Amino acid sequence: MTLTPLSYRVVDRRDETHDTVTLVLEPAANAVKPFAPGQFAMLYAFGVGEIPVSVSRIADGHRLTHTVRAVGAVSRALCGLRTGGWVGVRGPFGTAWDSAAAHGNDLLVIAGGIGLAPLRPLVDAVLAEPHAFGRLNVLAGSRTPADLLYQDEFPAWEKPFAAVTVDRPANGWTGRVGVVTTLLREARFTPSDTVAFVCGPEVMMRATARALIHQGVRPDLIRVSLERNMRCATGHCGHCQLGPLLLCRDGPVVGYDQAEPLLAVREL
Amino acid sequence: MALAREVALPGGTRIFEEGEKADRFWIIRSGTVALDVHMPGRGRVVVETIGAGSLLGWSWLCPPRQWHLAAETRDPVRAWEFDAAAVHDLCAEDTALGLSLVTVVAETIGDRLRATRTRLLDLYGPPGSQGSGPVP
Ligand SMILES: Cc1cc2nc3c(=O)[nH]c(=O)nc-3n(C[C@H](O)[C@H](O)[C@H](O)COP(=O)(O)OP(=O)(O)OC[C@H]3O[C@@H](n4cnc5c(N)ncnc54)[C@H](O)[C@@H]3O)c2cc1C
Ligand code: FES
Repeated sequence: MTLTPLSYRVVDRRDETHDTVTLVLEPAANAVKPFAPGQFAMLYAFGVGEIPVSVSRIADGHRLTHTVRAVGAVSRALCGLRTGGWVGVRGPFGTAWDSAAAHGNDLLVIAGGIGLAPLRPLVDAVLAEPHAFGRLNVLAGSRTPADLLYQDEFPAWEKPFAAVTVDRPANGWTGRVGVVTTLLREARFTPSDTVAFVCGPEVMMRATARALIHQGVRPDLIRVSLERNMRCATGHCGHCQLGPLLLCRDGPVVGYDQAEPLLAVREL
Repeated sequence: MALAREVALPGGTRIFEEGEKADRFWIIRSGTVALDVHMPGRGRVVVETIGAGSLLGWSWLCPPRQWHLAAETRDPVRAWEFDAAAVHDLCAEDTALGLSLVTVVAETIGDRLRATRTRLLDLYGPPGSQGSGPVP
């Protein structure tokens, strides 16, 4: 784990949507250790600040791929970087999507909005080793059709099963409308033999987990990724505390059996 | 199931319109149906799509028995169509059947209400954000 930021250069940049950008970074000299799907880096926008951002693809070599949605000062600065720009990187931090727990089981990968970014490396890993798993389902919800990430990758995910739904359809949208839980009806899985990986805003993860439990998926086999503001990312400052957990160290990926009682408490 | 008849509806069929008498309901076997509402100046706005295994229509169950949304098939749909008056009569005769039917319909209404409330929270936005502007 790297405690001081290492310099990385932006070698590729792609606009995913009107407010979301994917950056590919290459180390100037020393590289951080390899990431597992679900882990995050602290990305430092020089002169602005540092924020946690998950890896959105795990590539060979020392390159890092992150997808960032511009919501405030730091994420906006990162999204504004051009090729050749510089970023500071610390990491890898946090727990991963433990795909090994899903070996032999059906898989539900359920994303809301930018939540698809941390889940994409998991989908890649499962597709690279399809025989190790049961049926894969990728379900994604977004506010509008224009907010959907990675649209060009869906055809590859549709081969197992993938479906998207939006909250607010635009003119000409012929896809599904409604919350992401409505897609569960079409997904192909046996609830008692299913591991679910869920990432999105907390309300979405709660609604999804409840629907899954209602269908018979075990709470400890529902993995969610919890976000809190992070400062040190090394378990020292306490900024990311949620009850007994320090999410930079014990999270962001936790079982819903552990998360549910903590999310039910209004403020801890 | 004796009260049901199998129907096949091509894509783009208007199944019912807002305000019309709700005298039938369907259980979708395959395909998708979009529920829409007419908004002055914006035309038809789809508020939800439903697919295989879903109940289409519950307004027949209680007064004023008028559709509060309109429904159109997105693609070819196969469904079981039920005549609401006949189902009402059967439920009046067999109250146990009536209760289980009402429970199933109430569950559907509950699901849709929950989904609607969750959507009102702006489900996929980060906390505190009010829609998102372009990246500067
Ligand atoms: C483990 C982890 C992984 C993450 N992965 C990604 C990722 O892959 N891509 C991505 O775009 N973002 C990711 N985030 C969220 C990202 O860190 C926040 O968007 C960022 O901290 C906002 O900083 P800012 O200075 O741009 O905005 P600020 O000015 O700090 O905040 C702007 C708005 O964002 C909200 N916000 C701030 N911090 C967070 C947070 N941690 N989570 C949710 N909302 C927040 C604020 O409430 C406010 O409404 C991740 C967060 C965590 C904890
Ligand atoms: S961010 Fe400092 S303890 Fe987690």
